[in-house]
Amino acid sequence: MFKSLRFLFLLIAVVLAFGTALAQDGGNTLIMARAADTTGLDPHTQTAFASLRLLELVYEPLVTLAPDLSIVPALAESWEFSDDAMTLTMHLRQGVKFHDGSDFTAADVVATFTRILDEATGAAARANYLSIASMDTPDDTTVVFNLSTADVPLLAAMASVNASIASSEAIAAGDFSATAIGTGPFILDEWVPEEVTRLSANAEWWGEGPFVDGVEMRVIPDEASILAALRAGEIDFALLNDPLVATLLRGDESLVLNAVPALAYHVLQLNPSRAPMDVLEVRQAMSCAIDRQEVLDTASLGEGTVTGPLTIPAYHVDPSTFFCYTKDLAKAQELMAASGVEPFTLKAIVANAEPPTALSEAQSIQAQLAEIGITLEIEPLELSVYVDRWLAGDFDAAVALNGGRPDPYTMYARYWTSAGNLQVVTNYIDETLDSLMAAGRAEPDFAARLDIFTQFQQHLTEVSPWLWLYSGYEYTAHQPYVVGFEPNATDSLYSFAKVSLER
Amino acid sequence: MERGRGEVLPERPFVRRYLLQRLFAFLPILIGVSLLVFTAIRLIPGDVITATLGTEAGMLTDAQRESLRSYYGLDRPVVEQYARWAAGAITGDLGVSTRHGKPVTELIGDRFPVTLQLALMAVTLALLVGIPLGILAAVRHNTIFDLFVRMLALAGLVMPGFLVGTLIIYLLSTVFGVLPNAGNFVRFNEDPGLNLRQMIFPAITLGFAFSASVMRMTRSSMLEVLGDDYVRTARGKGLRERRVITQHALRNALIPVVTLVGVEMGYLLGGTFIIETLFSLPGLGRLLVNAISQRDYALVQGATLFIASVFVLINLLVDLVYAAVDPRISYDR
Repeated sequence: MFKSLRFLFLLIAVVLAFGTALAQDGGNTLIMARAADTTGLDPHTQTAFASLRLLELVYEPLVTLAPDLSIVPALAESWEFSDDAMTLTMHLRQGVKFHDGSDFTAADVVATFTRILDEATGAAARANYLSIASMDTPDDTTVVFNLSTADVPLLAAMASVNASIASSEAIAAGDFSATAIGTGPFILDEWVPEEVTRLSANAEWWGEGPFVDGVEMRVIPDEASILAALRAGEIDFALLNDPLVATLLRGDESLVLNAVPALAYHVLQLNPSRAPMDVLEVRQAMSCAIDRQEVLDTASLGEGTVTGPLTIPAYHVDPSTFFCYTKDLAKAQELMAASGVEPFTLKAIVANAEPPTALSEAQSIQAQLAEIGITLEIEPLELSVYVDRWLAGDFDAAVALNGGRPDPYTMYARYWTSAGNLQVVTNYIDETLDSLMAAGRAEPDFAARLDIFTQFQQHLTEVSPWLWLYSGYEYTAHQPYVVGFEPNATDSLYSFAKVSLER
Repeated sequence: MERGRGEVLPERPFVRRYLLQRLFAFLPILIGVSLLVFTAIRLIPGDVITATLGTEAGMLTDAQRESLRSYYGLDRPVVEQYARWAAGAITGDLGVSTRHGKPVTELIGDRFPVTLQLALMAVTLALLVGIPLGILAAVRHNTIFDLFVRMLALAGLVMPGFLVGTLIIYLLSTVFGVLPNAGNFVRFNEDPGLNLRQMIFPAITLGFAFSASVMRMTRSSMLEVLGDDYVRTARGKGLRERRVITQHALRNALIPVVTLVGVEMGYLLGGTFIIETLFSLPGLGRLLVNAISQRDYALVQGATLFIASVFVLINLLVDLVYAAVDPRISYDR
C-alpha cells in the first residue's frame, strides 16, 4: 500500500516542481493584462472602452487630453476659434508619418471627418461633430472647420479616439477591420482576439519616445487572476475594473496602485414617462430617501465620492449644495404625502456584473427606498439584454454606470437637450435644461460656462429625473519599475509612449 | 472472456449495421440542434450592433443602423439566413465570425485542441489518482485508510472547480511567485514544455473532482466484484492476492469507470468555461460563451453544432468500448 502511495506523492512532487519552474523574461517590452479585449479595430466606430485602450496607442486625434483633462496638442500643434465660435482653425504638426510611411496632411483630416459624418460608416460619435458644415484646406498644414452653429465643445469632442485621423488612402481602401494604420507611438503587429495583442514601438513617432520596444496586451479574463499575475511578476502593468479586486492591492508595498477619480458616474435612472415617476414630488422623495454615501460604502467599499451630474474636476460643485444630497427621511415622507401617490412598486433593471458593483448598489437603494414605502424589484439582466431594454426606454428604473466626457455639453447633450438622441431613454426635458445647454454650447468664456453648467447641475438634481449617486476610480496597477505612466480620469494608455522599464 | 475466431467473425455485420444506424441518427440530432440554436440566439434580445456598441448604439441614426445591419447581414429574412448557413454547413463552411473576422471552422480548429488536451490531461490525472486509491480503499475497506480516502473524495466532490482553481492560483502566485499562464498561453506544438507547465494546474483543478468520482466508483464496484464467486475461486486456487486483484477483479470492476470517463469526456470537450476563464486558456468554452454575449451568431451556431457532434460521437465510442470490455453486451439485433 505504501508503495502505491509513494507513487502518488512522487507524482504530486513532479507536477509541482515542473509547474512552478521559473520562467521569466525581462525584456524591454511592456507586458500588460486586462480582462476585456478589443472588439474591433475601426477607430471611428468602436465605442467599447477595451477597444479604445488599444486604438489610442495606434491612432491619434488632432488634440488630446492631459491628465488634468485640459486639451493639449496631438496631431494639431495649435488651434483657434473665431470670436463667434463659428469657425475652428487647426494648424497641423509637420513631418508626421503614418505607419505605412505616407505623410500626414490636411487631406487626411478632411477625409477622416468626411468618413465619420458619412452615415454609411455607422460611427456612433458622429452626433458630436454634426456642427461641421464644411472644411477648407488653405494649405497642407491648415484645416478650417466651418460650423453651422457656435460649437465650443467641438474641440473637446475632437480629443477622442473616435476622432482619430486615418490616412486618406486607408479611407479610400475602405477596410478598417483587419489593419490599423495610424500615426501613434505604437504599431499594431498582431491581434489575436481574446488572447493577445502585440505592438511595436514606432521609431518615426513625432514625440519623444517610446522608450520600450513594444507593448504586449494580454487578456486574462478573471481580474483576480490578473492580480495573481502581477504578484507573480509575470506582467508589468494591469487595468483593473472591480474595486473589490483593486483594493486588495492597498497596502501592498511591492506594487503600485493608481486610483484616479473617474469621469464615469453611477446613477439610478428613473423613467418619468411612467407613473408615478412622472410626479415631481415622487422623484424628489426618492432622491431625499437615498443616502448616497451609504450606497457608495456598501457597493464600492467607499471607493469613490458622491457626485452630482458633472464629474469633470473643472466643473466640480460641492455636492452638499444640491437638492436633498443629505438624506432627509422626514422631507421624503412629506414629499410622498404631498404627491398623493400611494406606496408603489417599481422594477429596476441591472446589468450582470456591469459594473461589478451594480447589484450591490441596487440592493442598497432597495433597502433605503423601503423606508418610504417604495418597493424596488431588482431585475438582473445579461448585458446585451439590458442594453436593448435601456435603449428602448423599457424600464421603470435602471442602475447604470455611464461614461463621462471632458466637456459638460458633449457629456449630456444626448440626454438633456430636446434634440438629444437618447431622449427616448431619459424621457425628460424642460425649457431650463434646453436653454442652459444651448447657452453653454455657444459660450467660449470658461467662467461664464462654469456658471451656466452649475445652474444646469442644480436644476437637474432638483427635478431629479435621474438620481446621481457617486463616481468611483479608474484603477491601474503596475510593478515599481514601470516609470512614466500618467494615470488619468479617462483611463487612457496614451502615456505608454513615455513609459520606461527601469528594472 | 476470450472468444474464438469462429464466434467473432459472424458478429461483424451486426456491429456495422449498428454503427450505420447510429450514424444515421446523427443527422436529425444535428439538424435539431442547429435549428434550436439558430432560433434561440435570435430570440434573446440584442444583436451584434448593441453587443459591440453598448449604449452608444442609441447614438446611431436610422440610416447608420441600417448600414450596419446590412454589413452584418442582419437585414436578410431569417429563413434565408438559416438556409444560407445550413447550405454552407453541409459543405463544411460554418460562416465567418463577426468578432474575430475569421472562418468559424478555423477558430474551432484553433481552440478545440486546447480543450481536448485539457480534457485528456484532466481525465488521465483523475484515473492515475482515482483508480489506485479506489482499489486500495476497497481492499482495505473499513480501515482508517479507507475512511481517509473517502473523506478526500467527498472533499473533491463538494469543492467546486472555481474554488480549487482560485486557491491554486493564489498559492502559486503568493507562495511560489509564479503563474505559468499569465495570458501568454502557448500551444503544445509551439513549446511542449511550457505548454505542459501551463496546462498542468488547470488539469489538476478539473481532474480533482473527477478523480473523486473515479475513486468512489472504483471502490464500490471493486468491493462488489471482490465478493463474487470467481474471485473466491481464484483465491481458492491459491493465487496471490495481488494477482487476484489486478488480473481478475480489476478488469470487471473497471467497466462502470469506462462509462463514467465517457460521459465526463463528453462534457469536458464542450469546454469548461470557468476553468478556462480562471486560467486564461483559449479553449472552446470561452470561445462559445463570449460568442453568445457578443451575439456572434455564426460562431455560436458553428461551435454548438461542433460540440453536439463531438458529444454524440463520444457517446457512440463509449458504447463500442463498453462492448469490448464487457462481453455480455453486444449490439447484434
